[in-house]
Amino acid sequence: MADRMEDVEVANRNAPVIQPGHTFGTVTDKISAIVLTRPTSTGWFIGFGVGFMITMMMLFAIGYLVVKGTGIWGINIPIGWGFAIVNFVWWIGIGHAGTLISAILLLLRQSWRNSINRFAEAMTLFAVASAGIFPLIHTGRPWLAYWMFPYPNTMNYWPQFRSPLLWDVFAVSTYFTISLLFWFIGLVPDLATLRDRSQNRVAQIIYGMLALGWRGSARHWHRYESAYLLLAGLATPLVLSVHTVVSFDFAISIVPGWHTTIFPPYFVAGAIYSGFAMVLMLAIPIRKLYALEDFITDRHLQNSAKVMLATGWIVAYGYGIEAFMGWYSGNRYDAFTLWNRLHGPYAFLYYLLLACNIFIPQLLWIRKLRTSTIGLFLVALVILVGMWLERFVIIVMSLHRDFLNSSWGMYYPTRWDWMTYIGTIGMFLTAMFLFVRILPMISIFEMRTLLPEAEVKAE
Amino acid sequence: MKTTPIYGMMAEFDSATDLVAAAHKTHEAGYKKIDAYSPFPVEELAEAIHCTNRVPLVTLIGACIGGLSGYLLQYWVAVVTYPINVGGRPYHSWPSFIIVTFEMTILFGGISAVFGMLALNGLPMPYHPVFNVPRFAMATKDRFFLIVFSSDPKYSPTGTRQFLESLGPRSISEVPS
Repeated sequence: MADRMEDVEVANRNAPVIQPGHTFGTVTDKISAIVLTRPTSTGWFIGFGVGFMITMMMLFAIGYLVVKGTGIWGINIPIGWGFAIVNFVWWIGIGHAGTLISAILLLLRQSWRNSINRFAEAMTLFAVASAGIFPLIHTGRPWLAYWMFPYPNTMNYWPQFRSPLLWDVFAVSTYFTISLLFWFIGLVPDLATLRDRSQNRVAQIIYGMLALGWRGSARHWHRYESAYLLLAGLATPLVLSVHTVVSFDFAISIVPGWHTTIFPPYFVAGAIYSGFAMVLMLAIPIRKLYALEDFITDRHLQNSAKVMLATGWIVAYGYGIEAFMGWYSGNRYDAFTLWNRLHGPYAFLYYLLLACNIFIPQLLWIRKLRTSTIGLFLVALVILVGMWLERFVIIVMSLHRDFLNSSWGMYYPTRWDWMTYIGTIGMFLTAMFLFVRILPMISIFEMRTLLPEAEVKAE
Repeated sequence: MKTTPIYGMMAEFDSATDLVAAAHKTHEAGYKKIDAYSPFPVEELAEAIHCTNRVPLVTLIGACIGGLSGYLLQYWVAVVTYPINVGGRPYHSWPSFIIVTFEMTILFGGISAVFGMLALNGLPMPYHPVFNVPRFAMATKDRFFLIVFSSDPKYSPTGTRQFLESLGPRSISEVPS
């Protein structure tokens, strides 16, 4: 036990949460300078420009979809869900890591989260916004999407509250609203810092308006802290519920391969798995480009890698139970779904999924890989591909061969499917580029609380 | 010469420890209308200046309203105004109403926590007299401030200044309102 404690201490010394030598002033200057004084690099303009062009491609694809209808996609009967729902579930899942980092780790007093929570929350917002596009355009007539909300209308019609698809509307819109509030309220004290540090009159006015007149009064901080904690307490069950509700879209139905009770926990674990992979894929280049190694240290990267290892095993357990139940249930349709995954026309995707989500991530057991940024980046990329394949396997492979072989079919995405999917990645990147340029990407006031001088010594 | 009314007297400190000690002494000296400003939340400071907090109550009320309205809306739609018979199952199928009730509880609770906090704090308030002190811009970086409001019955321009000087601040300034 004593040895173990020593090991932990040595590990903490080698990889601190914040490099020693920083003061309130240097932390404030370093983070606010990225927004206020640092000249915008050519690399930023190139990255933003590429992201913006890909976003335009998405808008073109959506515009054509609105003109022509969903027939331009690869969806058909029996595979009515296709890319739209695959991408929806993938993006929503990615968003989950942001809320996990900002709310659950806050309640668990994991103060190392303070330097990555801000951009992880931004990632959540942009990922949920990307996700929201898909069900909206998948309705075929997105301009009537407000029909999903219960409101008094001249058609004398009301939504069906017994449908999991309606639960999804409530879960996802609540999730987006609460994530936005959480992110904005966390930004307010930092916006006040930018207001007071900015030399530019226009920036002063804009940041001043957004800061709501924050002045750091002890009375305000007191209420602020309790509102922030309450919001974290509310967001924690919320984030677990969102992917649970998404999994209900499948589990409540009777389609073989969907109708299983393992879905809610296995979807939530998969969401956090892919979300941490995205956090790493963003954190590794950002800390390098903006020289933030003092704040986003190797400790953060290692902790994220460990979370991925743990959630990866929960996902592996989910695959195991799915396969086991396919055999043990004695249900011939479930057994066929398993056989179809292993030997059907899409089998290569199932094997690729197992490689990406189970076998390759085991490399994270190697300490050397966990401390190598390039290695971590590549493993995170593999996991993101794997989690996308998981949703493809669940959705397309279950739908394409269900009970009656007369209704079997195949699904092939069209160029419009790919343009929309890649387009949302471009939109996500564009939003991230704008975010790191105009808002503090690390929470300045929470970083101050991590410094030794923040502690009030007893008289 | 026109004289501007005075909002209070402000003292500047270097560390959270100094500010907490000063706030305790000011409160003990009989000043009740005081406030303190820090660049990050300091728990001990809230105790030192004795502030109230009704954010949890507001959040609880909001969450209850959200949950109740969510359930009642579903009940009213499914049983009263738009009943749909699905294979003879009961209209009041409460298990399928749980999720929307839960989401509405969280949504209203979260909105009440944020907007309740802002309302109780009197925000947004773009102008405030403390911003008239040029050094106050440091309050969002690395300085700590204590203010005694001129509305305090014990306040006097000379007496309060002398008292604040006895606390060993870095600087003292009068805040015009």
